[in-house]
Amino acid sequence: MGVASISSISAVLIILGLVLILILSINNAVMETRTKFDEIQILLEDDLENIDLDSIEEEIASEEGVLSVIFHSKDRRLESMKEDWGDDSNLLDGLEDDNPLQDSYKVQLVDIEYADLVVDNISQIEGVESINYYKDVIDKLMIFSKYIQIGGTIIVGMLVLVSIFIIANTIKITVASRKREINIMKYVGATNGYIRGPFVIEGILFGLFGAVISILIINYGYEYFFQSVNDRFYLLFTVYLVPPATLFKDIAIIFTAIGVGIGSLGSILSLKRFLNV
Amino acid sequence: MIKFSNVSKKYDNDVKALSNIDLDIKKGEFIFLVGTSGAGKSTIIKLLLKEENPTQGEITLNDRDITSVRNRRIPYIRRDIGVVFQDFRLLPNKTVYENVAFAMEIVGESSKEIRRRVPMVLGMVNLSRKSSSYPDQLSGGERQRVSIARAIVNNPPVLIADEPTGNLDPDTAWDIMRVLLDINHRGTTVVMATHAKEIVNSMKKRVVEIHEGKLIRDEQKGGYINEISHI
Repeated sequence: MGVASISSISAVLIILGLVLILILSINNAVMETRTKFDEIQILLEDDLENIDLDSIEEEIASEEGVLSVIFHSKDRRLESMKEDWGDDSNLLDGLEDDNPLQDSYKVQLVDIEYADLVVDNISQIEGVESINYYKDVIDKLMIFSKYIQIGGTIIVGMLVLVSIFIIANTIKITVASRKREINIMKYVGATNGYIRGPFVIEGILFGLFGAVISILIINYGYEYFFQSVNDRFYLLFTVYLVPPATLFKDIAIIFTAIGVGIGSLGSILSLKRFLNV
Repeated sequence: MIKFSNVSKKYDNDVKALSNIDLDIKKGEFIFLVGTSGAGKSTIIKLLLKEENPTQGEITLNDRDITSVRNRRIPYIRRDIGVVFQDFRLLPNKTVYENVAFAMEIVGESSKEIRRRVPMVLGMVNLSRKSSSYPDQLSGGERQRVSIARAIVNNPPVLIADEPTGNLDPDTAWDIMRVLLDINHRGTTVVMATHAKEIVNSMKKRVVEIHEGKLIRDEQKGGYINEISHI
């Protein structure tokens, strides 16, 4: 009986772990993308003889929500473009004299939420020609991650309910085999708490064992997966995956709590019918 | 001690099990509850044990109204009532000693008190030599004596016996009656539901007869009158 209960709790927790890793990794990927797109590019007008670049920079830096401002001159931008293009950089030769690029600022924001406000204010500044930013992309990502979170929570909730049902039924079989004993206990004057005690402890132990097994499987399984992804694709994907080390502690706490919760709740529910004597 | 005032019980399927029962049982009495199967004897026992609640009326035990008691207080009421069943209801995987000690453990008695009282009670029912036997190694009469020992080990003021001799041969049945009588002489009120005509007739105790849910006879030193005689 114990084996059935423990393995059903383990199975549920392992599925829960996979869902959790998926949610956390998507979340992680969204956060990672968010920091990458978390900047605004300000392109300046070409002919700025009358305007002091320092004063524009100061004005931008004083805006609410701006974390840092870095100036990129058009010459510098052309150079870095050449670096990026590598062997094909000769295509850019000759542009130095008539550089089509513009001087620009890269503005780092405290939070992407400030983007609209900052863009509105900066566009008023004299000398600013256009502004590039990626709020739409980030907004879509945020909505996507919110859906994943809600979906994940629903799946996890359903799994927990299913596992309570499974454990309640497996413990019910144990309880049924001791129905006579419970019946006698009731006639002699045992309180429900006294009768419940051993079953609840049994349920908690089942939950605890189930949790330990699933923690080990998820932990070592995920570490292996993470390592093999890392070996094959280098940092390409693992940047978006949750690092196993940070995951382990959380998984251990969550699984233990859920395992014990499922075990005790399952046994209390399974006893309910038998206590009405 | 036990008082039923205008008690009626109707089950969910609309079967009326008891109608307007008035019954007053004094402390230290020995009372036989007689009647045909389905007459309502078991319902009276179920009401006393709070397995069922009356549809109408009031039941008091030790001057305490048990009709309106909350569910979580029921175990404490049951501790004042020892109960013996026709089918003994012993735990097969526990020895005689353990079966009796079990009842004391449940109410939280100390192990010292358990070690003192269990042998004493087993002595009272003449089972001292069988204390380490298991129920399936005992005869029917011995099993019933274990069940009586378990019922009285916590010193309840009331002992309810539901057909305690129903599964026993006449000699053994008398054995059990002697034990119950002995317990009654020590001051415990005994209520025994039975079909054992010989026993009721010989013992000359108070007899309460239930017929179709009604109390039709309550006689001091009564006998077991065949119910057909007064239909």
